[in-house]
Amino acid sequence: MKVLNKKNIITLIIVSVIYAVVQALLASGIISSFYEITIATICINIILAVSLNLVTGFTGQFSLGHAGFMSIGAYACALINLKMNSTAGFLVGIAAGAGAAALVGILIGIPTLRLKGDYLAIATLGMAEIIRVIFLNMDDITNGAAGLNGIPRFTSWLWLFVFTVFTLVIINNFVKSSQGRACISIREDEIAAESMGINTTKYKVMAFAIGAFFAGIGGALYSSYFYFISPTIFGFQKSIDILVIVVFGGMGSITGSVIAAILLAVITTMLQSYSELRMIIYAALLIAIMIFRPQGLMGTKEVTDLFKFRRKDAKVE
Amino acid sequence: MSLLTVEKLTKSFGGLTAVSNVSMNIEKGELIGLIGPNGAGKTTIFNLLTGVYAPTSGRIKLETEEGKKEIGGLKPYNVTKIGLARTFQNIRLFKDLTVLDNIRIAMHQNVDYKLPSGLFRSNKFYDEEERLKKEAEKLLDIFKLAHKKQELAKNLPYGEQRHLEIVRAMATRPVLLLLDEPAAGMNPNETSNLTETIAKIRKEFDLTVLLIEHDMSLVMKICERIYVLDYGTMIASGKPEEIKNNKRVIEAYLGEDV
Repeated sequence: MKVLNKKNIITLIIVSVIYAVVQALLASGIISSFYEITIATICINIILAVSLNLVTGFTGQFSLGHAGFMSIGAYACALINLKMNSTAGFLVGIAAGAGAAALVGILIGIPTLRLKGDYLAIATLGMAEIIRVIFLNMDDITNGAAGLNGIPRFTSWLWLFVFTVFTLVIINNFVKSSQGRACISIREDEIAAESMGINTTKYKVMAFAIGAFFAGIGGALYSSYFYFISPTIFGFQKSIDILVIVVFGGMGSITGSVIAAILLAVITTMLQSYSELRMIIYAALLIAIMIFRPQGLMGTKEVTDLFKFRRKDAKVE
Repeated sequence: MSLLTVEKLTKSFGGLTAVSNVSMNIEKGELIGLIGPNGAGKTTIFNLLTGVYAPTSGRIKLETEEGKKEIGGLKPYNVTKIGLARTFQNIRLFKDLTVLDNIRIAMHQNVDYKLPSGLFRSNKFYDEEERLKKEAEKLLDIFKLAHKKQELAKNLPYGEQRHLEIVRAMATRPVLLLLDEPAAGMNPNETSNLTETIAKIRKEFDLTVLLIEHDMSLVMKICERIYVLDYGTMIASGKPEEIKNNKRVIEAYLGEDV
């Protein structure tokens, strides 16, 4: 098994330590239940931002409809969970939600991904709105505008952590595979990519489907954590929130999205005591960062790249 | 036996006929030049050959291991798979990626693992990636770019960028290589390096080359046969000396006698 190389084992150890430390802080009550919500938000936002980054940052397809895929995951998981009130039901719900989102991603991706730039952005925006309106009008199943209430909570720190790590590992592996490089080449120059033998439509749809899959997981975790979902939660604003994290962290940087998701959640939490000024400070902060670092916090670099400069013969993974 | 046969190829954009009734024949191992004044339709022919445009009428046939194949109207990535690779008039490298990644992307079609292997890092993934990296490095080594493999493509000097584009096209393992103005913007020194590279490609890779070029001294020096286009039609073809003295070619470039 070549997966068990030195680098991956070190990563595994670091990841386990992070889990254990947070778990200890939660168990001992140092992180109060109030801040637990922040942790859940961070994990869910990491999943959403990294999956959107795959589509927008790595493949270069500007999407404004990520909340649409999130809502599919949320509703699918919630409906299954309400019928099957058990951990098994929760996991089935996540799988079904992610699968359904990926399927819709493929169906929508095939026609819309022929569009480029701003046209694609509008098309994906429209797609998310259509999904929202469908949920709004399926009264019998989704309870319409009133939303679904009393969804059993199975999303715990353990599951949040497991799915966040799962998302990060899979998307990281994808962008470093041949298929992922094909996606990146589309961002760089679509015409050149195609004449280098890359079926650009196929890889755009692939990235879109994988992005939708993980957005579905994010939505599923959300519904199972916050007890309640309604169509308004997954509106245009939500897509923009996710996009802000991606742009803030750096388009094409996974670790950038992670850092941005954590930072923005922490800032929002800290600003909660200044309720009136909160949105103004938040917005001013974003403007300042975009002026001084338009490429985002990390640009297209990863945290691991920063260490590579020190080694002379850095290996490319 | 002819490698590429183009029969009565025509392409119109609305009312404008950019290429009309062009026929060409390229034998295996030849180095052919395609010249003509600006706007004659040279790049349009390249775009037709590589699948960027679908022909309005006419046929393009490429001799492959599985016999003759019609490639007119196929998608660019399928044309590349069959064995045609190209460079671009204005360099189209993957600028923000390393030299090595530029090559690895071009090797995409000969990667032998599927998506799940990549997502879950099977042994096959590691073996294939290792092989890919070695092959890419070997190719860069042949073209003296190995020491720059970790540099971003956009940071290379102009001549090397053109060079890298050729190497990248080679990485798709073509049988016919199309070069669109490879010497454009090069200084004499870089042009002579280019001549060397083209010679090397033909010798070591047994490749057939079709090139568009405005640098006449280069064309006359290296090409075995030349096709001349003017206003979308083929006005002459033959050996360099024949072309040099061809009256219609001189007219096309310099205008008629007054």
